[in-house]
Parts: sequence; C-alpha cells; structure tokens
Amino acid sequence: MRKVRDSQTTRVDSPKANRNHLRVIGFPRRRVDARAKVTGQTRFADDIFLPRMAYCKLLRSPHPHARIRKIDTSRAAAHPGVYLVLTGKDVPIQYGILPVSQDEQALCVDHVRHVGDPVAAVIAREELTAFEALDLIDVDYEILTTISDPEEALATPEPRIHEYGEEGNIHKLVALEFGNVEQGFAEADEIFEDTFFFQGNTHLAIEQHASVAVKDPEGKLTIWSSTQTPHYLHRALAKVLEMPAAHIRVIATPNGGGFGGKSDPFNHEIVVAKAALVLDRPVKVCLTREEVFYCHRGRHPILMKFKTGVKKDGAITGMHLQTLIDGGAYGSYGVASTFYAGALQTTTYHVPRYRYQGCRAFTNKPPCGPKRGHGTPQPRFGQEVQLDKIAEKLKIDPADLRLRIVESPNTVTANFFRLGTVNLAECIRRIVKVSDWKEKFRKLPEGRGVGLACSAYLTGAGLPIYWNKMPHSGVQLKFDRSGGVSIFCGATEIGQGSDDVLAGIVAEVLGIDTFDIRLFTGDTDLGPVDLGSYSSRVTLMAGNAALQAAERGRAIIADAIAEKLDVPKERLCFAGKRVFDSAAPEEGVSFQEAVCIAEVRFGTIGTVGSYTPPKSPALYKGGGVGPSPTYSYSAAVVEVEVNPVTGWVTVPKIWIAHDIGRALNPTLARGQVEGSVYMGLGEALMEEQEFRRLPKKLSHALVHKFPSILEYKSPTSLDMPEVITELIEEPDPHGPFGAKEVGQGPLLPIMPAVANAVYDAVGVRIDEIPITPEKIMKALAEKKAGRDPRFGPSHFPHINWPEALRVPPPWEGGDGNAVNDVRRGKSRQEKEKVLAP
Amino acid sequence: MMRLPLFDFRAPRTLEEAARILDGERANAMPLAGGTDLLPNMKRRQQVPRMLMSLSHIESLNRVMLNDSGLRLGACLILSEIAADPRFRNGFTALAQAASLVATPQIRNMATLGGNICLDTRCNYYDQSYEWRKSINFCLKKDGATCWVAPGSSKCMAVSSTDTGPALMALGARVRLVSRSGEREVLLSDLYNNDGIDYIKRKPDEILAEVLLDSLHGWKSTYWKLRRRGSFDFPVLSVAAAVRLSRNNTVEDARIIVGSAACRPLAATEAAKSLAGRSLDRQAIEEAATLAARIAKPLDNTDFDMTWRKRVTAEFVTYALRELRGDDVRAERESFTRYAFE
Amino acid sequence: MTTLPIESQKTSQIRFTLNGEETDVSFAPYKTLLEVLREDLGHTGTKHGCELGECGACAILLDGKPVLSCLVLALECGGKQVLTVEGLGENGHLHPLQDAFADLGAAQCGYCTPAILVTVKALLDQNPRPTRDQIREAISGNLCRCTGYLQIFEAVETAVLKITEQDSSAT
Repeated sequence: MRKVRDSQTTRVDSPKANRNHLRVIGFPRRRVDARAKVTGQTRFADDIFLPRMAYCKLLRSPHPHARIRKIDTSRAAAHPGVYLVLTGKDVPIQYGILPVSQDEQALCVDHVRHVGDPVAAVIAREELTAFEALDLIDVDYEILTTISDPEEALATPEPRIHEYGEEGNIHKLVALEFGNVEQGFAEADEIFEDTFFFQGNTHLAIEQHASVAVKDPEGKLTIWSSTQTPHYLHRALAKVLEMPAAHIRVIATPNGGGFGGKSDPFNHEIVVAKAALVLDRPVKVCLTREEVFYCHRGRHPILMKFKTGVKKDGAITGMHLQTLIDGGAYGSYGVASTFYAGALQTTTYHVPRYRYQGCRAFTNKPPCGPKRGHGTPQPRFGQEVQLDKIAEKLKIDPADLRLRIVESPNTVTANFFRLGTVNLAECIRRIVKVSDWKEKFRKLPEGRGVGLACSAYLTGAGLPIYWNKMPHSGVQLKFDRSGGVSIFCGATEIGQGSDDVLAGIVAEVLGIDTFDIRLFTGDTDLGPVDLGSYSSRVTLMAGNAALQAAERGRAIIADAIAEKLDVPKERLCFAGKRVFDSAAPEEGVSFQEAVCIAEVRFGTIGTVGSYTPPKSPALYKGGGVGPSPTYSYSAAVVEVEVNPVTGWVTVPKIWIAHDIGRALNPTLARGQVEGSVYMGLGEALMEEQEFRRLPKKLSHALVHKFPSILEYKSPTSLDMPEVITELIEEPDPHGPFGAKEVGQGPLLPIMPAVANAVYDAVGVRIDEIPITPEKIMKALAEKKAGRDPRFGPSHFPHINWPEALRVPPPWEGGDGNAVNDVRRGKSRQEKEKVLAP
Repeated sequence: MMRLPLFDFRAPRTLEEAARILDGERANAMPLAGGTDLLPNMKRRQQVPRMLMSLSHIESLNRVMLNDSGLRLGACLILSEIAADPRFRNGFTALAQAASLVATPQIRNMATLGGNICLDTRCNYYDQSYEWRKSINFCLKKDGATCWVAPGSSKCMAVSSTDTGPALMALGARVRLVSRSGEREVLLSDLYNNDGIDYIKRKPDEILAEVLLDSLHGWKSTYWKLRRRGSFDFPVLSVAAAVRLSRNNTVEDARIIVGSAACRPLAATEAAKSLAGRSLDRQAIEEAATLAARIAKPLDNTDFDMTWRKRVTAEFVTYALRELRGDDVRAERESFTRYAFE
Repeated sequence: MTTLPIESQKTSQIRFTLNGEETDVSFAPYKTLLEVLREDLGHTGTKHGCELGECGACAILLDGKPVLSCLVLALECGGKQVLTVEGLGENGHLHPLQDAFADLGAAQCGYCTPAILVTVKALLDQNPRPTRDQIREAISGNLCRCTGYLQIFEAVETAVLKITEQDSSAT
C-alpha cells in the first residue's frame, strides 16, 4: 500500500508566518462541523420534514421565447390531492440580486424567456401528485423569435427579451480606459492580438436546491433554504411578498455545495414562501437535477479579444481587452460579471495602460451568473495563454517572463485597485522548483508537455450588492457561565468551512477549544448580517468581525481577572482553557471561572464585532467591481499527455502554489486548493453548459443539450490527477491572522495551464475552453496541412462601443475619477448609488 | 425528487410463472431486472409500463454453468460478478472487460447481463425528461414524429449503448428466449435490429433467460470502450474483437464488432475476413482497422463529435488487434479507462 | 403522459433489517428505497443528487454491497439487510473511516460523504488493504464536487492503517 501522503502533498513552508504564539490557528484541525457531516446528521434543506408538509412543483416553459396569452389552472386545481395552484399574478413583483436588474418574476406573468422559465406552481399532498397535475395546466403561448447567442442578439434588436438595458438585446456595455493605450501600443516592440472563447459551464453542486417555508405560530414566515446569501434572499422575500422584513426569517441550511450557484434569490424560494403563507402549512420544494440546470447562474460563455503590446524584455506597454458575453435570459449578477471580466487583468502583472470594452447580451437561455471565480476565469484564460505565446515569440521562458513583470505589493493598479501582499513571484518560483519545470518545459518527448499559468483573486468584494455604508459582516458572542461561547453570525456554511473559520478565530483569541464553541450561523433572526458566502469574502470579513468580538470579550474578561489576580492585564494569557499570569503561569483561573468572575464584575457578557472594507481609490463609474481588501495569488504547472492521433488528453500531475496569507486551518485550506484544481480541470477538459438550437425551418426550440449529471461531465475519482499543493504564507495585514482567500483563486490558472501544456506536448494552440480531443485533433490536422496549428475563434464581431470613460492611472496623476464622466459634478454618494452593483 | 409513475408489481418465483404473466399482460408489462436502465426511463416517463414484473426472485436466472462444451449464463447475473469471476478469462475476457466497464461500481452491483443486452437504445433527444421532450415537440422514438438526429429520416437513430452486447457478439453468443408458448435460441447478432425503436427482436411476451457460449478454447478476446470519463458514461464507441490464432500465429478465425456506432452492435465482417490466414502484422491490422471504421456510422446524438468517434474506431481496432497478437498496450488502455486493470 | 389520480396510501409493507435492526415499514408502492428511507423512516443521512443513478449520492449497502437506493424498489427489499450511514458507527463510537474523514478534510460540504463512506466500508470488508488505485476505482461511482477526491483517498488510507493497528493490538 502506498504511504499516506498528507504531509507529502502539502508543505506549509512559511518563514514569514511565525506560528509560535498560536495554538489553534495554522494547525491542521478537525473542522467543527465534521462529525455532523460524517454521520449524515448535517441537516440540508431537503432533509427537513414537517408535519402537514405539502410539496411544490413548478410548471416550466417549454418554449425559449414566448408571450403567455392565457393560463387555465382549473383542471389542475381540481385534481385530487392538489391544495393550491399559483401563477404569476399571485407573485407579480419583480426582483433580482442586483438593484440595477430587478428583472425576474417568481412565476412569469406574460413573458417567458427560456426553456425552464417557471409559469405556474402546483402544491399538493404528494410530490408525485404535484408533478402529475402540472400536465393539467393549460397555457396558451404566442411564440416569439428565438435568440440563441450573443451575435444573434446583436443582430436581432426585436423582439426584446427585456424592456431595459442598453438597446435591443444588449444588456450592458462597458468601456473604460486607463491611460492612453494607443500610446502604449506605439511604444511596444511587439503587438499580439488573439481571440479566445470560453464556453459556459455550471456549478453542479451535488445537492439540488431545496427550500421549506412555513407560517410560524406567530403568523410570520420562516424559510429554510439552500442559499449562499440568506440576507439577500431576506430582502427579496420582503419585497415580493410585501411583508415587513422583520416578519421574515431566513435560515440558510448548510449547502451541499454552492460554488456560486445558490447566490441569487430564486423563484422557487419565493413560490414556496407564498404558498406556505396562503395555505398556512409547511411547503417544500426540491428541484430535480434538470431544474437546477435551469436555475444555472453559472459561468458566462465569453468571446474575447486580447491586444497586448510588449517590449523585447517582456514588459507590457498596453493592453486592450474586448469581451462579448452571453448573459442568458436575465440580469442576475451579470452587470457585475461584465465588469469583473475586465477587472483583474491589472492585478497580476504590471499593466501601465489598459482599455476594457465589455458587452453582455440577453439570449433565450437560463441566466448566467457567478461561478467560482466570477467573470475572471475567462479573461484569465486568454491572458495567460497569450502570455505563453508572447514568451515563445520573445524566446523567454514563460516562468521567467512572468517573474519579470509581476506586480508589486501595496501598489495601486492602473484601474485603481489597491493590492495588499503580493507573493506571486514566490508562487512561481516554488512551482518551477517542485515541478522540475526547467527540466521539462520544451524538453519532454513528443506527446508530453507542461504548461504554466498564474492568477489573482479578490478576498471579498469591496462593495456590497446594494448601496449602504453598514458593515459587511457582524458577529455577536455570548459568553456562558458554562465556559462555552456562542457565535452568532449571518455567515453561511456552504462546505467551505466558514463555521470553522469563525470558531478557530474565537478559540484562538480566548484560548479555548473550537469544540467549546457553539455556532448559530446563516439565520437572519439570530445573527447579525453577513452579506453571504460569495466573492471569497467570509474568511476575511466575518473572520475580522469575529476577531474583533473575541478581542472585546477577552478585554472584558481580562479586566475582571486582572483585578482578581492583581496582575497587569497585559500580562494575562488566554490559553489551554485558562486565563493566567504569563509571568507566573500557575497563577490563574479556568476559562469558565474567568467568565463567571467577569459576569459578577460586569453583568452578562456579550460582545459584538463588525467589519467594513477599506474605501477603494477606484472612484470612477464601474470602479465598484474589483476592489478588495487584498488579493490572493496562484501559480500552477500542469503536465499532460496527448495522443498525437486522437488528441486524447491525460493529466497525470498538477503542481500549484497559492499565496494564502495564512492558512487558518491547513487541512481545509488544502481542500479548497485541491477542490479548485479539480473544478478547474473539469472546466479545462470537459464541462460545458451547451445548448441545442433545432433546425430553424422545423422548430423554434432552443434547449439545454442535456441537463443531466450524467451528460454534464464532472470528473470522477478516476479522472483526478495527483496534485502537489504549496501554500505560501506571508500574513496580510488586512486578513484575520493574516489570512487571504483560498476558495476561488486556485481554480483560475488551471485552464490556461492545460492549454499551454497541450501546446508544449503537441505544438497546437487550443484557444477555446473546454479543450477536447476533437479540437486537438482538428488543430493537429491544421498543423499537418501546414496551416495555423490552432483551434479557436477567428473573429470578434463589430460592436458599437460607447465612448470610454477615461481614467488616468495613478502614475499619470489620476485621482481615481474619470476625466470625461458627465456626472462628475455629483456627490460621491449619489454616484456610488449608480455605480455599486 | 424525480418519482416513478404508478405501476402494478408482480414478483414470480419461476420462469414459467413469469412467462404466464407476460403472456397475459403482453406490452403492458415489462420485466424488471437490475432496474438501472428501466427505472430512470420510467422516472423520465420514456417508458411507462402499467406493470413491472420482477425477475429477481427466479433462481434459475442467476445460474452459471461451465463445462467443456461451453458456458450458460443466467440473464440475471450481476455485472460485477461477471467482471470478477476468474472463469471468464482468456476466450471470455472481452465479456469480463465489458462488464467491468459498465457505468459505476454501484450500478454494476445491480445491473444484470440480460438487462445490459436488452438496454434501451439511447439518444440525446430521447433520454430526457417528459418536460424536455415536450419542448422539442417530442421525437420519433417516443410520442413524436421527427427524428431530430436526422430530420429527414423515417427511421429512429437512437444508439445501441450496450457494452456486453458487442463483447458477446464477438464471442459468438446465443441467447435463449422463453415464452409461454415455448422457447427459442437465437444468435445474439440476429437478436439485434438496426432500428432505434425496434432494436431488439425480443417479443413482449418473451423473457431473455440465458446467454449461451460455446467453448472458446484457443480464442483470445478483448473489449475497448470509449467514453469521456473513467466511470459513469455509456460507451460512445466500442470495439470487441476475438481471434483464434494457429500455431504459427496466423489468424484462423476472427470477429470484430463495433458498438455504439449505430442502432445495433455492428459486425465488421469484411474487416474480420481480411485477417483470415494472415499474421497480425502492421499491414493486416491497418487494413482491418480501415475496413472496420468504414462501417461505423456515428451520428450527432451522443457525447463527443461524431467524426471524431469514427476516427477513433480505426484506432481502437488497431489497439484491440495489437493486444490480441500479444503487444503490451496497457498504457494505451489505461489512458482511456483511467484505471490500471490487474 | 398518463395522468392518474394518485392515492398516497401506504398500501405496501415490508420487513427488513435496517442498520442491524428489524424494521417494518408501510409505504406507497411506487417508492424507491431512497424515498422510503428518507420519507417513511426518517433516515435522511442518505442523500440524492439526481435520482437517476448518475451521481452516486444515494449509495447504501444492500446485503453488504453498495447499490444506488434511488434505483431499488422498496418492494424488492423485503428480508434484506440495509446499511446506511446511520448504521456505520458502533457502540456510540464513530467508525474509523468516519474519524479519518472528519480529521482529514474528506468531507467538505458533506453531501456526497454518507454514500462514499458506506461504499468504502464495503470495499474494506472485501479487501482490508486496498491500494490507492483500488480506492479510486471503488468510489468512481460517487461524484464529489468539493474535494477533488484526494483528501478522501488519504482518509481511507489512514483509516486502513488505524483499523490494521487496532486489529493487530486486539490479537
């Protein structure tokens, strides 16, 4: 048997991250919720069964685009066992995750926009009855023109999928210019222009979305739901149900995986809430796998064009990125996604001048939204593959090229993002070493190759989704006479370990064990608001809030114990479930006694903490997307074997280094890295949210090609390569104990590293994700025929871009504002109202 | 959660009783073996039999009989047992390999040999929920008038996706069908029809009771399966090959079957014939591979690009024949299976 | 589609052994074992991700073998032995696999975990010292979207060592 490789695969090598004074943080630990998970006792939303509970099923549009003329529900309502049938007129108020795109209805009132758009709901005693009764609802549709993709959307302004947006079926146009990019190109020794396509894909959390709603004994609403964002669901429910938010309680059950797919308020959540209120009985919905594909909100398909100018030594002189983004049928997070697609190019390498033009189009497909990496993996793919081409042309090793141009720490970038610690260079050096890069790159036999790529990701979005100046995260602590501590926080456990982050931080500060702590999280009635598990924000933001609350609690207890022991409170140490004099460790009390003594002295002990991110220097319109307290960095090397006849790809091994600041619990941190690598590899090689347009002469149908977990290809245990994870630790001053994010960033370099490795192996460029054997075989045929050895998009369509907002970068004296913004005279607050998506 | 439709349920103890039930119910009833194909189809409302007749309680269907003249396999043998049984080696290797490559370990603990032979043909336009199929106005195979794979076609193009079918054809298997009125034995290759709807000539009142194999002394066989992942996926192309070599290593007899490239497993007869009397040298293999690939007519209704699947056919025939002549192709096999077989 | 007015009466009954305990249950005859375990017996430790045999989240042991409970008719389970995650621990202690999974990050969201645990238990019953490749193969019918499987492999290997130690110290 092989040896257990736990210590072998992760090396936490951190000269800068001294752990001498720490007892919990930084040590591999069993997570606080592990026992529940391994005994099957974690209660997911669909595990909730309540007396008198009814089941809800949704009737969904069979048409990609149609008007609803009439709905007749009488036959369904009369079906035995059916309690209630709802239609759009019962819940007509529009909602959506972003204030700028309140374009969804829980049940479509008069317009369906994709196959799977819900039009009616049946609530029945049995789920089977509800399902059977769906077929008894008669809907009269007037078919509208099907719009299948963004280019078709550009060419088809009518009929409009939505009555808002830029014009026709263009949802959002963005044009930003930071410095004179043409000047940058003029200074370049070489100009590179490349087009890339990144196919859409989806989250595929194994848990299907489920919700249970009940009118509680006081007549208020309680809903348990598999949501990553209970606070935003809370707001949407209050709006659509026209109820006081104080009368609604949202409980985010632990999510059976989220990855961004449970971050929007969903129609099914609103429908069961409404039904529970009408029926005064519990109502459950659990989506089928197919329905989860219709919720989607996954990775946007993006066509991209990168134009980059470089000096002979590799220094970038200017970059121009254009994107055409397939948004699907609704806004979702799409406006933010459109900005994100152009945001992070400047955060890895020094880009002195940068222009971004982005266009998101509406199409008759399930809406795209945020998936792990939100909007940034697609351009990261293009940027990193183009860098590989640049390195080859300049005859510089791709690792060395990157090392020459990595951005410096604490910089303000061309687009005014303030970076924190930047250990990208160390990440690169580390993987070059452990992967034996120098011995492999361009040296492996034909059919085998290695590729390298890097990335950055934010540690929490700097702005909330709706404009407000309140904290992004709050924590309350209750100190019990038992010595137990309760944490109350809105943070949502989606498997990433947010509960453990909170417990670990509080335990460290108070010198107790994480299992002495009870957690009440994701419940809008119990805990202060945390904005949700998205944008890799929880560790930093909820963690800092917990840190503050714990330190305040410790200070109260320290006051009481200092008095009791008659020692200066600075000398007190909280460790090993004791509070003691560090100069005379035997002088002290147990933590439980300490709490009691403090309670005698001060009354009931409870503290609060909260966190608000620092103000961003990006003041221009759109500058609300991309700022973060600090950024994580990753570098990866992927090794591939490519069959030169069939193009069949095998990935034997991946090396990845991640600049995490500090790993609060290295076991979980490594799990996030490996999980990201896994998901990135799936995207790189096989995952596709693909649609099928039937022949136009015969049909208007546009369907998800195969909405099943069998045909949406998620890698199995046999498809997963060996992964060597290196955590690079230099504590970042912004993070709790120096921690930065780890849940999303490590996914980003995998796709471009695979593409670059395929090129190293067989000499063909696959400028499109996923990289499938068919595409490789086609490119190999091109190569054999002496043509461009490449597979990928050949053109980027003409788009009427608006005049760019011109923002001079910091080194050209810019102050973060655009020089040509017509609203420049307005107050900052007024502007941010519009900016903040 | 997806739910089964309502059905009546019978669980006969003997083959005779089962035959009587089917005789009475005809097309209203469907035999239920492992359930791994039929129950998902029922949940998607592709098949809605009024009655399910379980075959699990009929002991005779679980028997293996091996003697000098050959092998009799009960139709309800579980695939994982076939895959693990050391008796199914050498000549029978292709069967054990095919069984071991079906779906997943859990499914192989449920799915039966007979069920896999009778596996419903598959298609991207058919293996969908009722609601999905409604959104394309259904298809020729179920409730509709158009074959969306080939809209001009009057024939359904759903793909034969059985793994054991091609393997057993390469081994020259026969099957025994039992009905109330009697029983018959047919060559497995004659049981299949190249029609996505009418893909199997089992009559509704017949039970596929046994698979019969003659002794394969002197034969060697192998099975190659193409799918995206190392597990779960149905074959999108497969090649089963069996050869009997003479003392001086020339081909005395050969069978090459191409699976998942049509509505039935296809016998590459020309390819097999081309090998007769020759040694399995590079040229002979190349010719056979070209001939075999010629019959593969994959269409755009499974995973992967159809032209690419066709291209892989020749490659797989090459691997299979090289393996049978004694080459070490474990690395090639592992790159596709993602798993090293012992 | 056939639309039948459905009666939800629990018209069928079986007696079987659930986690070592003789159990009688009444249920609607169309239900799979998955539905009966979760809805009629309150054993919600067994999960579901597709109900079509395409994800592995509902795996349980039926007469000691891992099968998918979403594709087993409850009607067919009379007299059988069923083991779910609820029956994995013994005498109030976690099974060594559960301990190792908990300690080594093998459960992130925990949704696919119960099915993987029982599947691996069946592997170890058959083969107490599996190789990494055998572990990979054994759980190749269980999709996990969180971990990338590596910490799962390591947890199984650690549990194997622990069980081996326990066994050798017991003898």
